[in-house]
Amino acid sequence: MLAALVASIHDWQLAEDVLQDSVAKALVVWKKDGIPDSPMAWLITSARRRAIDHFRRHKRFNELEPELIRFIELHDTQSDMDLDAIIPDKRLELIFTCCHPALERKTQVALTLHTLGGLTTPEIAAAFLDKPTAMAQRLVRAKKKILAANIPFEIPPAHKLQERVSAVLSVLYLIFNEGYVASKGEALTRGDLSDESIRLTRIVWQLLPEECEVAGLLALMLLHDSRRDCRIDEHGQMISLEHQKRSDWDQTKIKEGVDLVKLTLAKQRVGSYQVQAAISAVHAESASWQATDWTQIHALYDVLHKLQPSGVVRVNQAVAMSYAVSIEAALTLLNEVAQDRSMQTYQPLYAARADMHHRLGNDLQATQDLQKAIEYSDNATHKQFLERRLMGISSIQ
Amino acid sequence: MQYICLIYSSDAADPQPGTAEFPPFIQAYQDFTKEVSENGMLVHADALQPVSTATTITLENGKLEVTDGPFAETKETLGGYYLLECESLDAAIEQCAKIPTAQHGRIEIRPVVVWDD
Repeated sequence: MLAALVASIHDWQLAEDVLQDSVAKALVVWKKDGIPDSPMAWLITSARRRAIDHFRRHKRFNELEPELIRFIELHDTQSDMDLDAIIPDKRLELIFTCCHPALERKTQVALTLHTLGGLTTPEIAAAFLDKPTAMAQRLVRAKKKILAANIPFEIPPAHKLQERVSAVLSVLYLIFNEGYVASKGEALTRGDLSDESIRLTRIVWQLLPEECEVAGLLALMLLHDSRRDCRIDEHGQMISLEHQKRSDWDQTKIKEGVDLVKLTLAKQRVGSYQVQAAISAVHAESASWQATDWTQIHALYDVLHKLQPSGVVRVNQAVAMSYAVSIEAALTLLNEVAQDRSMQTYQPLYAARADMHHRLGNDLQATQDLQKAIEYSDNATHKQFLERRLMGISSIQ
Repeated sequence: MQYICLIYSSDAADPQPGTAEFPPFIQAYQDFTKEVSENGMLVHADALQPVSTATTITLENGKLEVTDGPFAETKETLGGYYLLECESLDAAIEQCAKIPTAQHGRIEIRPVVVWDD
């Protein structure tokens, strides 16, 4: 509803205000007269009338484009039951505007959650450990900028679509990851953020079914999320993929994720989300850590590295390599990655190397690497997990 | 809608007169200016004298203070601007990406305030 209002009014703050007013009015009117046949249409019509009043008061009505005036005045001619005409689906335009590159990344995330996710400002602030007042200011500034700079409310033209879709997907993935592994603080998963990002990605996928990376990201989220409840034990301690109880994985999510991966890979427009989803699908379909098809995972990481060269990909590939090829080869790769300055505080690098040293019986080096991994981890649950591993190795010594 | 496109760069990064890079750089600016005047976007444009010619004034308790230049530590300075009429920010971004200095400097795009009567 908000998306449709923004589309017709072009002013985000006003759209929110008039919608809120209408809801308040509805509570009074509906109590007296009963709920109308189409509550949505009632609300949006009432909100539009309020917007028109606002424009008249501010003498801006005559300056509006004639097309816009017609659109706003729809309520005079349309029957209240003609819902599609009154509330056109503008969610895609809305998400493209929320994730416009002229807005800061954090603002993109907050705006997406606020306008499409329907999270309240305090909820968003809590999710990102911000003060509610700071988050509120951020949102107000963003809405003002959209209006003042005339950030378009539209589906980007074909030559920009891919780039803009990828900006939307990064925002959605960021929200998912924030929910999946809270980057700071105590709780490891914040399920509501994961659910919300999956819901939003599903909407984008339904509206842009031909964009393979959208399907790829949705599959990736579903496959990761299928293990959500198995990643933490009853004491709130983290459990690694290797030691999770696979029978507890959510098979409905796995099936949907795997089907999506197959469907989208068949279109042969490969992208990094699709490959990551494929890797996750191999894990999801393996009966155990030992029975995992590491050769395939190793090969998929190679494809991923070609699409998106990064040290992070190499660290993950090294883990697969240590099973598919040899631990020595994997350690060589990790040591290469460690040369890169930006990777020198990357916690998973040290956790992976510790594990490999441990498997080779070099517990002294394993201990040193684990200590570094602990130092560079800023998630409390993750830290405890690494500390337990460290104790495990020390007790063997 | 009007956007002012402020062109920032450092002297060190700009092609200097007398070098091989200079003539194509100037030619690129002429081409750009021609493009925006032909497509109807150009409202106004100016190049500025170097920042070493600048004077800054302020009134402190009503008393006029005049100083030489802006602060010396500013690495990138305003070298010129285009005032463009564009449909939306996206159109402005797309056009500004073709300003030659965007290759080594920065273009700040600011919407211009439209005053209500």
